[in-house]
Amino acid sequence: MREGLHLSIDRIKCDGHGLCAELLPELIRLDDWGYPIIAPGPVPDHLLPLAQRAVATCPVLALALRRTAASK
Amino acid sequence: MSGLRLLAGPSLSSGSETYADHVRRLGAATLAGRALIEALGRSGLTGRGGASFSVAVKWKAVAVASKGRAVVIANGAEGEPQSHKDRLLMTTRPHLILDGAFLAARTLRANQVVLYVGEEHGSSWAAMERALDERPEAERRIARMVAAPHRYVAGESSAAVHLVEAGIATPTTTPPHPRERGVASAPTLVQNVETLAHIALIARYGDAWYKSAGRRGAAGTILITITGGVKSPGILEVEAGTTIEEAVAMAGGVSEPAAALLVGGYFGAWVPVDKGWALPLDAAALKAQGMNLGCGVIGVLPATRCGVCDTARIMRYLAQESSAQCGPCFFGLRALSDAIGRVAERGTNRDDLARLKRWAVEVQGRGACKHPDGAVIFLRSALSTFADTFASHPAHWRQQPA
Ligand SMILES: Cc1cc2nc3c(=O)[nH]c(=O)nc-3n(C[C@H](O)[C@H](O)[C@H](O)COP(=O)(O)O)c2cc1C
Ligand code: SF4
Ligand code: SF4
Repeated sequence: MREGLHLSIDRIKCDGHGLCAELLPELIRLDDWGYPIIAPGPVPDHLLPLAQRAVATCPVLALALRRTAASK
Repeated sequence: MSGLRLLAGPSLSSGSETYADHVRRLGAATLAGRALIEALGRSGLTGRGGASFSVAVKWKAVAVASKGRAVVIANGAEGEPQSHKDRLLMTTRPHLILDGAFLAARTLRANQVVLYVGEEHGSSWAAMERALDERPEAERRIARMVAAPHRYVAGESSAAVHLVEAGIATPTTTPPHPRERGVASAPTLVQNVETLAHIALIARYGDAWYKSAGRRGAAGTILITITGGVKSPGILEVEAGTTIEEAVAMAGGVSEPAAALLVGGYFGAWVPVDKGWALPLDAAALKAQGMNLGCGVIGVLPATRCGVCDTARIMRYLAQESSAQCGPCFFGLRALSDAIGRVAERGTNRDDLARLKRWAVEVQGRGACKHPDGAVIFLRSALSTFADTFASHPAHWRQQPA
């Protein structure tokens, strides 16, 4: 597992608003049903501010930045 | 090996062994506490509920965090439709399971033991209840029976905790894992009933004895359920490392020529027979080959049946059994089931095949529990094992008996 901060999603909370994918298309795309798919690996440094904004914007607080890859 | 271990003793058809008979036959467990955890570690015992996780690792985590308030859940939900081994054990050898559960309680300083038994498993429930009644007062005082709802995901460990705590058998987000924070926020050991029965014997005879059974480098014995095209389908206790071919021979051999094997049940994977016969029934050996022992179900698909149609039926079941909490699982499995259903019913079409292949990869790892992962790993194994049939499937679903 590579070091660094990883985006993780609480899949029970997430209801597919898709805001995160709009804010951070570099790392998050949506599947055919509108739910986010996160690019594997740690968030690159230059995208951290955007990732933090996406975390803060998620209306149901489903998105988080974690030190280990919970891969969910 | 001198035959059976978990299933040794009085004839299985004579019903459940009483506490008095059980104690007379096996005596008391000699190992407990730290010595037991160490013996479990050396034995290499892994869980028999489906995930094949190390028992000692889980026990150590709960022991460290317990502070005298841990909870032990004996998992007898047995939600896998093809599996019957947990029910056989609960109805015939309930005291092996209870020994394991109370040894865990003592060793992990737990103050609650929950016997979590599938509500539809009537005779298992009755046998476990009767057995609990026969135990000493000090054990009975901390134990109770809880019914697991008749849903596939009710046996998942966080769902078991959720049911015990709040009466709702749906999985919850992990981490925290039940072993860190489970029932009433206390560290909780969720352990399959077969695993607990092995622990009861290791606590009597030790890890060296446990490892004295096993073939091709594997250790111990496992309960397996053989279903499908064999002459005597049913439950067998085999030495770990026994090949599928040997196990099928113990079940009377195939009843007609076989085309494929389903290894590990709905949690597992299809393999073509030419590759499957030589596979060893052992969690570690199967994992090394990218497979999963699951809860020990081996299904034999006769060459006269259609693997695509059988896979479509199982996918429909798995989609219906989603707890509908996570989008990728609820919508994804439903879409996958619809797509393979169309191929089965109306015949192959390129668009559905492409969707199946893409979604089977995209859905993985995107649920709160492993239910969708099990479903798509199973589906991917079908896409490769039955690749030729998928490529030119006729519209014939309805001609196949369910
Ligand atoms: C969808 C799903 C269903 C499960 N159903 C069962 C079950 O019916 N019985 C069981 O023992 N384990 C079941 N499990 C596995 C449990 O989550 C857990 O790993 C197991 O009970 C732990 O005990 P073990 O380590 O002794 O196997 C299921 C897991 C999943 C993901
Ligand atoms: S913004 Fe939040 S709720 Fe919406 S898709 Fe992203 S993680 Fe899910
Ligand atoms: S992954 Fe599926 S079965 Fe598991 S909690 Fe989510 S919706 Fe329920």
